[in-house]
Amino acid sequence: MIRSVPRSAWFDRIYLAYLIIFFIYLALPLTVTAVFAFNDASFPSLPWKGFTLDWFFADGSNGRTGLFHDDGLLSALWVSVVIAFWVTLLCVFLGCVNAILFERLEFRGKEFLYLVMLLPLVIPGVILGVSILVFYSGMANSVSQQWGIELDMFRPGMPLVVAGQVAFITTLCTLVIAARLRKFDRQLEEAALNLGATPVVAWFTVTLPWLLPSIFGAAAMAFLMSFENFNTTVMLTGSDTPLTVALFNRLREGSTPVLNAVALLLMVGSALLAVLAMGRGSTRKAG
Amino acid sequence: MASDLFCTDLVRRFGDHTAVDRVSLDVPAGTFFSILGPSGCGKTTLLRLLAGFDRPDSGEIQIRGARMNDVPPNKRPVNMVFQHLALFPTMSVGDNIGYGLRRQKVPAAERTRKIARVLEQVGLPGLEDRNPQQLSGGQRQRVALARCLVLEPTLLLLDEPLGALDLKLREQMKVELKHLQKAFGTTFVYITHDQSEAMVMSDQVAVMRQGRFDQVAAPETLYRNPATPFVAGFVGDNNRLSGDVISVDGDLVRLRLQSGEEVAGRIAGEGIATGRRADLFIRPESLVMNGAVPDGYSRMQATVTTTLFDGANSRIEAGVADQTIFARLPQDGSVSNLSPDSAIQLGWDPQGATVFAGEPV
Amino acid sequence: MRSSASKLSLCLLMTPFVLWIVLLVLLPHLQMLRVSFHVRESWDTVTLGLEQYQNFFSESYYWRTFVRTGVMSLFTTFLTLVIAFPIAWYIAQLARGRAKGFLFLACLIPFWASELVRTYGWMILLRESGLFSTWLQALGLADGPVEMLYNDAAVIIGLVYNGLLFMVVPLVTTLDGMDENLVEAGYDLGGNHWTVLREIIVPWAMPGVVSGCIVVFMLTLGSYLTPILMGGKDSAWFTEQIFTQFITRFNWEQGAALGVLLLVLSSVIVWLGLRVTGQNLRKVMG
Repeated sequence: MIRSVPRSAWFDRIYLAYLIIFFIYLALPLTVTAVFAFNDASFPSLPWKGFTLDWFFADGSNGRTGLFHDDGLLSALWVSVVIAFWVTLLCVFLGCVNAILFERLEFRGKEFLYLVMLLPLVIPGVILGVSILVFYSGMANSVSQQWGIELDMFRPGMPLVVAGQVAFITTLCTLVIAARLRKFDRQLEEAALNLGATPVVAWFTVTLPWLLPSIFGAAAMAFLMSFENFNTTVMLTGSDTPLTVALFNRLREGSTPVLNAVALLLMVGSALLAVLAMGRGSTRKAG
Repeated sequence: MASDLFCTDLVRRFGDHTAVDRVSLDVPAGTFFSILGPSGCGKTTLLRLLAGFDRPDSGEIQIRGARMNDVPPNKRPVNMVFQHLALFPTMSVGDNIGYGLRRQKVPAAERTRKIARVLEQVGLPGLEDRNPQQLSGGQRQRVALARCLVLEPTLLLLDEPLGALDLKLREQMKVELKHLQKAFGTTFVYITHDQSEAMVMSDQVAVMRQGRFDQVAAPETLYRNPATPFVAGFVGDNNRLSGDVISVDGDLVRLRLQSGEEVAGRIAGEGIATGRRADLFIRPESLVMNGAVPDGYSRMQATVTTTLFDGANSRIEAGVADQTIFARLPQDGSVSNLSPDSAIQLGWDPQGATVFAGEPV
Repeated sequence: MRSSASKLSLCLLMTPFVLWIVLLVLLPHLQMLRVSFHVRESWDTVTLGLEQYQNFFSESYYWRTFVRTGVMSLFTTFLTLVIAFPIAWYIAQLARGRAKGFLFLACLIPFWASELVRTYGWMILLRESGLFSTWLQALGLADGPVEMLYNDAAVIIGLVYNGLLFMVVPLVTTLDGMDENLVEAGYDLGGNHWTVLREIIVPWAMPGVVSGCIVVFMLTLGSYLTPILMGGKDSAWFTEQIFTQFITRFNWEQGAALGVLLLVLSSVIVWLGLRVTGQNLRKVMG
């Protein structure tokens, strides 16, 4: 089972075949989705009718509306970007603060609070969405009934979507940043203090640069998770639907290659973001 | 005596590098056999060939007369104490020791009995339920030994297991390992880069260099009659003096050093002839100084550089021309107040010095 | 002076944490719990009662879906573990150098696309007019279009696919830290492939196994898109019912009760899993 223990040739062959099948299983759905974004047919299935870019660029004149002329999808994309932006900002901030809180400070009940911090990981996304809907939207309803004041930000819509996503993405960001902070050699900070830096200066010149790769990593992850989230979002969204919900609604009406085009765009976007975060992280590590 | 391990012409290559190069060895039953060599000499590769974690490119491995080349590691009557011990962290001490017994389908009651007995034998009675992580370094060492010895293997391989211990514990474990080996009567094959470990514990030591054995002999033979300059320099401390051969007389040879002094030693290698370069090896503890040099000894003038006090191992460092030489100070304090730059006469019995042909210049 | 300064910094750092956890996690869940005990008498009066929970137990459709969701989630988790383990072992112990990094990245790539996109990909492959059906016909293995979508097998294929990454990553992380000598010692002392796997490798990998299983189980239990889009008429998923109560019927009280039940189910199973394997949440998650 390891290199130094003799294995039969059969065992090796079966293992290799298994690996190949596994990676085909992994790649197949995405490859197929991407390829059919270019099929010159109005339904994403075989036979292959030739290559076209209509599903990206057609302006509706030939009966096809490409992704870049589809106002519904484009505005949903923009809504998703705005949500992801706020979620990333809030989660990375909360993640940093939580990481310092749990890695650097000692206080009573720390173990317990750490477990509480992990809670959102073991709550299904739908439930997170539902509970926030019940609490805030319910509150807005009661306030409206009792005093006639309309708290629109607590109604389903963008602020609630951001709240729902922040609820669980924060835990993930905290774990990523705390893992890196744990590996930090505190003597470096003490050396900075010893060389005449104030605690705040030491933090910004020594500790923060060390954390940067994990902060970039956490930010990329938060952005992607927010962008791709459906379960929590669908419970909290109002009239301005984000992209995943819009796609889902389209998909229920029937699939067209425009959906493939959007999917491909999302894949490329995610890949770029991931590569960017990784590149950023590794140059930081090297330097 | 029947041999437990018999290897002929073992070869193992990694690309261009030959890690084990035509090694043959013969280990009689019940002996403590050490393979001594600097890091990178191929001794770990050799041990892994014996354990079955690697296969030789050519040559044969026999254990008690049975060919082992194609036998997988779990079927060989060989057990191994790993360098970092490889105690299973997810099992208690008792389960670690019982692991191999369970593989042999030993019934539970007998297993418990055997575990208890072997723990007693290694001096850790009643520690079955501990976690390996809770034990001290020396205790873990003994558990690793017990885990193998309980299976009563034909051959026990040990891969520098004392390396991780601190000095004092290592000294203690050396003696203990030797006693355990005698008590169990198992054949041990021990690899190490520490010549003191090999010398103290072994019946036979093979000195290995660049994939080959330079010499296989009892520790005292290695010390007194090294077969190669490498063995002379690697086993124990030695001073090396280079010079030209001026005369050969029976097994004695006279050399002229760069300083012009003439010294004598015993011929230990091939290729020594008048006019050729040669190296003379003389141990610090074989040197006598000043008035104590008896007649018939080879003599030499040197200049004291400094005195190195280290209890029983106190030495002086002296210079002869541009060569440095160390000499052991006598224990009785008869030689003292050697101030730096004072002249000193050093002498030795020519039979106690070994001379090898030097590398051609 | 020092102590007041450190108290101040503790307060400053504690405030965002408390705001986040109380306002976004704890209070909403407590409120959901409270609402689940509400019984609506008219449009503006509510009393406390167990009616929502009684509905759940008396309506067989509810609890059957509930049990089905739980069982299928457990099965999916187990299947994901069995599929991912050899892959993780290969990446952690057998692959070397560039191959190792490359294979690990290859495992991550599908997750650059959202669950919706992945599910959509499977739909294109499995449906009646899909690729597999066309290929089977072209190969002469089927006479007409074959519908492979809208059944439980399709749902499980999709769910396993969604969970793989979250199983592979923790497994690779724990197996990577395993000293090869432990496995060698296992063989050296007489073990064979099976006993070494069972007694040495799996116990060592346990923290990774538990952490992977918890995440995959949570994701599967709470998934919505895959069972809806790939499941058939009678393969309902419990999240779907929660969704229906909230969005279609506006019956928040019933929805909240179903939500609480799902939460209880997931907590109980996660707790049981931790107890049985002797792990703790902090060790496997943090």
